[in-house]
Amino acid sequence: MPGSGQADPPSVREGDFLREVIAATAGDSRLGCCIQCGTCGGSCPSAADMDHTPRMLFAMIRAGLRGEVLRSTTPWMCVSCYFCAVRCPQEVHIPDVMYAVKAIATREGVMPDSTAPDFSRTFVSNIHRYGRSYEVGLAAKHYIRHYPLRLPGMAPMGIAMVTKGRMGFAPHRIRGVAGLRAILARAEELERDGATREVPA
Amino acid sequence: MSATFLYYPGCSMDGSARAYASSLEVVCRVLGIDLHEIDDWNCCGASEYVSLSQAKAHALVGRNLALAEQQRNGSSTLVAPCSLCYVNLAKTDHYMRKDRGLAASVNAALEAGGLAYTPGAVKVRHLFEVIVEEIGLDAVHAAVTRPLAGLTVAPYLGCLVTRPDYDGRWASKEHPVAFDRLLASLGAEVVDFPLRTDCCGGHMTQISPDTGFELIRRLVDAADRLGADMLVTLCPMCQMNVDAYQGEMNRHFHTHHHMPILFFTQLMGLAFGATASELGFGSEVVSARHALGRIGIEVPVAEPPPDATDGPPVRPRREKKPQGLPMPVMPDETEAVR
Repeated sequence: MPGSGQADPPSVREGDFLREVIAATAGDSRLGCCIQCGTCGGSCPSAADMDHTPRMLFAMIRAGLRGEVLRSTTPWMCVSCYFCAVRCPQEVHIPDVMYAVKAIATREGVMPDSTAPDFSRTFVSNIHRYGRSYEVGLAAKHYIRHYPLRLPGMAPMGIAMVTKGRMGFAPHRIRGVAGLRAILARAEELERDGATREVPA
Repeated sequence: MSATFLYYPGCSMDGSARAYASSLEVVCRVLGIDLHEIDDWNCCGASEYVSLSQAKAHALVGRNLALAEQQRNGSSTLVAPCSLCYVNLAKTDHYMRKDRGLAASVNAALEAGGLAYTPGAVKVRHLFEVIVEEIGLDAVHAAVTRPLAGLTVAPYLGCLVTRPDYDGRWASKEHPVAFDRLLASLGAEVVDFPLRTDCCGGHMTQISPDTGFELIRRLVDAADRLGADMLVTLCPMCQMNVDAYQGEMNRHFHTHHHMPILFFTQLMGLAFGATASELGFGSEVVSARHALGRIGIEVPVAEPPPDATDGPPVRPRREKKPQGLPMPVMPDETEAVR
């Protein structure tokens, strides 16, 4: 089990975790309507590389296996292609549930064995700094940190991106970056207050 | 006739997708589309912010929607050329309409920056939808001065234009044909590409390259088998993944695919008579020069020699022996084979 060295987040009563995930998902996720048919996993282009198929993850959420779910690589391997979402006979908003699970895991500092959380954090720190993303610089940084052995193979691509004018050396900084930071700080406060609120039974 | 829209370019338009930006300018000029860029827009968060915090991800997008609402000028349609930006903008608007609690918390956050957004105030559309539905294929066809006859293209939409499709505009979310029709109206031959809405790998080229390379392989392999000269896309992320990572994908699988992937606006511009350099041709990593040369269109020579862009020379694979397992071969047998 990846990350099994970490302490388990507190275990919960069956059903409580399901309610927590539903509450953390925007809109009506319909997660409670899952009939365990497996259409999601069968439609998923990255299911083969997940710890658990989406169907299994939803069963685990319902069973209250909070620690295992938050440590699973499954939500981090979701490519957000929405094939599952449009094929689900119960119209569960599956990618949104995956985002919600990732956000809970991030808040609690539970990290699966994947470079995905680090990529998300680097991406977001660029937004905080500039208000815009810095795609190619971000990719370069991520490859240097996590896949140094791939760098020789990737170098010609990097050179081509620079010489073809597709890679800026710094992102554009928006004028309203202070306002943006204030908005994000307020959103964080609101989320923290909301997260400590009792999950409705 | 001129059509005015609010415009959210997204970060890649002045980075990796410059060819999309310059060709879009040509297309807009020809079709009389007037795009008003939202002043001081910020990143949409891609698929990363929402993985860390839902509240902040929606607030981030909320700022763009609020600016768009403030800067409405006759049109309340907000056009995004990038599929991921499009979905993020549409998603926050959708959930703010559906979920009053979310609308209230996004607005409470926006207040800290002196902004507010009325859910539903702007209608978010992908650039491609606007061209097909608001401008129309007849107008596109009428503007064609140099039909792309002889060019065989695989229409590649990627995921996010037809899925999740919050407003239910697409009857077919997996095999839509609107993109095929648009490309056919330019005179190109369009193959029936079964993977037209499959995934390009998204951020997998970053967080799990092996997963990403397999998804890229499926696309270029299918396009190759169908005899396409190139893939045509409408999303900067799809373009970047299939184009920039194709060399590394080839090394990974010991394949030799050479499948250029271009933006649909580049082909529209060509059909409208613009020059290849005006349309950003030559900035693709997997060169389209050969494919376009066959229909008499010259692509400017890019800075590095073309073979250098295909990655370092792949070590030639040892010839496979005809039998499944390495079997001892008698000297006279080898003689006989020769």
